[in-house]
Amino acid sequence: MSSATNTASVRPRLPGKLYWALADGLVLAKRNLVQIPRIPELLVFATIQPVMFVFLFRYVFGGAIDVGTESYVNYLMAGIFVQTVAFGAVSTGVGLAEDLQKGLVDRFRSLPMARSAVLTGRTIADLVRNLFVVLVMLLVGVVVGFRPEASLAGWAGAIGLLLLLSFSFSWIGATIALLMRSTEAVQSAGFIWLFPLTFASSAFVQTDNMPGWLEAFANHQPMTQVIDAVRAFLLDQPVGTHGWQSLAWCIGILVIFIPLSVTLYRRVAAH
Amino acid sequence: MKRDRPAIVAEGLRKSYGKTVALDGLDLHVEEGTILGLLGPNGAGKTTAVRILTTLLAPEAGRAEVAGLDVVRQADELRSRIGLTGQYAAVDEYLTGRENLEMVGRLYHLPKKQARRRADELLERFDLVDAASRLVKTYSGGMRRRLDLSASLVFSPPVLFLDEPTTGLDPRSRIAMWDIIGELVSGGTTLLLTTQYLDEADRLADRIAVVDAGRVIAEGTSGELKARVGGERLEITLEQAEGIEEAAGVLERYAHGDGGVRVEAERRYLAATVAGGAGLLAAVVRDLDTAGVRVDELGLHRPTLDDVFLTLTGHAAEPGVTDDEEPRDQKEIA
Repeated sequence: MSSATNTASVRPRLPGKLYWALADGLVLAKRNLVQIPRIPELLVFATIQPVMFVFLFRYVFGGAIDVGTESYVNYLMAGIFVQTVAFGAVSTGVGLAEDLQKGLVDRFRSLPMARSAVLTGRTIADLVRNLFVVLVMLLVGVVVGFRPEASLAGWAGAIGLLLLLSFSFSWIGATIALLMRSTEAVQSAGFIWLFPLTFASSAFVQTDNMPGWLEAFANHQPMTQVIDAVRAFLLDQPVGTHGWQSLAWCIGILVIFIPLSVTLYRRVAAH
Repeated sequence: MKRDRPAIVAEGLRKSYGKTVALDGLDLHVEEGTILGLLGPNGAGKTTAVRILTTLLAPEAGRAEVAGLDVVRQADELRSRIGLTGQYAAVDEYLTGRENLEMVGRLYHLPKKQARRRADELLERFDLVDAASRLVKTYSGGMRRRLDLSASLVFSPPVLFLDEPTTGLDPRSRIAMWDIIGELVSGGTTLLLTTQYLDEADRLADRIAVVDAGRVIAEGTSGELKARVGGERLEITLEQAEGIEEAAGVLERYAHGDGGVRVEAERRYLAATVAGGAGLLAAVVRDLDTAGVRVDELGLHRPTLDDVFLTLTGHAAEPGVTDDEEPRDQKEIA
């Protein structure tokens, strides 16, 4: 598409391009963040859903699930944290689709701002929102009996990994939004890929009870890696290779989906 | 910007969406500091033209320059010299009016303080000070448009594009908007304005380009365009049906062009295209009096842009009439 090549040809003449890309992204991140308390129902629902999962697994299924020596609630919470930030990708997509539909993106595209800023602004804001929701979930976890034993480095590792996963999944959500455009489509398509990743993982059960083919998938997909690493950090257990593998997955996702979604964004002409 | 260069030039712009041709070789030329009204019905290609000129869309063929910069090759630089207000108010509902303007200022890379100062100035100028700290979702339609327009002025761009700035506004807000637009251009801004309202183009624009089916079919001042329809129209309504022949006889002497005299006997109405102004009016009255015709109403009317549109396109400039893929189907309306 010609519009993509045009912008590329002008690029080398502008020094400080990276600076402005970040500055513009932060302006829009601020815009998205100040809106969160103004539409409280969005945040409330983003929190209620994982809280329900906590109660469901802690009190309904928990008694029937065997996870070895660890108490089930201690096992469960890492899965809940990862699920919470992963599902945040849907909000990223829905928010972006709304901007596209309301014509706001037309205004942004007519301004001399970085093309990537609408996307970075959205994903950065969602990162902050996810951090908030994770802290709420941590509180809920403690209320239902979660007793983490992490060292300071363990906390840093766990929260760092959660944020990295949140950020990289947000870019997948953004890509889906740019492909689907309509909020309704983004809402449903946004969840479809997340369900198998969340449930065919070590979030709620140990993977070795799954049939062989599913276990193989579960053990080798990114969410299990992140869940296992976060769980090990929080319970002060050996992290093993899960930390590095999580890092590799997240960086891999970012390397693919940031350029992909920025390219898609350039092509979006509202109609 | 060089003085001798027009602020907007477009040559042979083409763009289609699937089978629908939106622009079919559009040419435009707007001198610096003037207002061009792009007049046409829905689906004529006005918005597509604006989107290309504001770098939102790449043309399939043709070229365009705005403020001396190519809209495709120099798009990045161009964006800091244009302002765009689209058909729907592109403002953020969950920000306040002031936050919206400050955000746009920051995205134009103004320092924080300056962005704030500029926002305050614009809020003042557009009568939004009282509403400045309220969320935009509580604004009326007219307020949103004013905010949207002020957002496009944050960086005082030399060239401004307004795409149907008053569509959907109530009559009072519409007139307020016109006053604002009028002031803008007295400040030297070049403005391209699209509209489907003939009175709007007539009132605001220095020159008018009539667009139909993706092409400019006529261009000129509103006076020039009206002149293309012919001179003024003399209309007479009689008190009674008797004397209509005599009246037609008198009008015949003054009729200009090949239209002749139109007589609608049951309405006791006669009309003819004439040339000659007010002196002629006096002469006609005298002659009618001599012929013993009793006149109820007599008037000289300048043709409206509606007449112009009808003459040029063969169909009325009715919004929505040509909103389908085959605009020319509507010919039989004329």
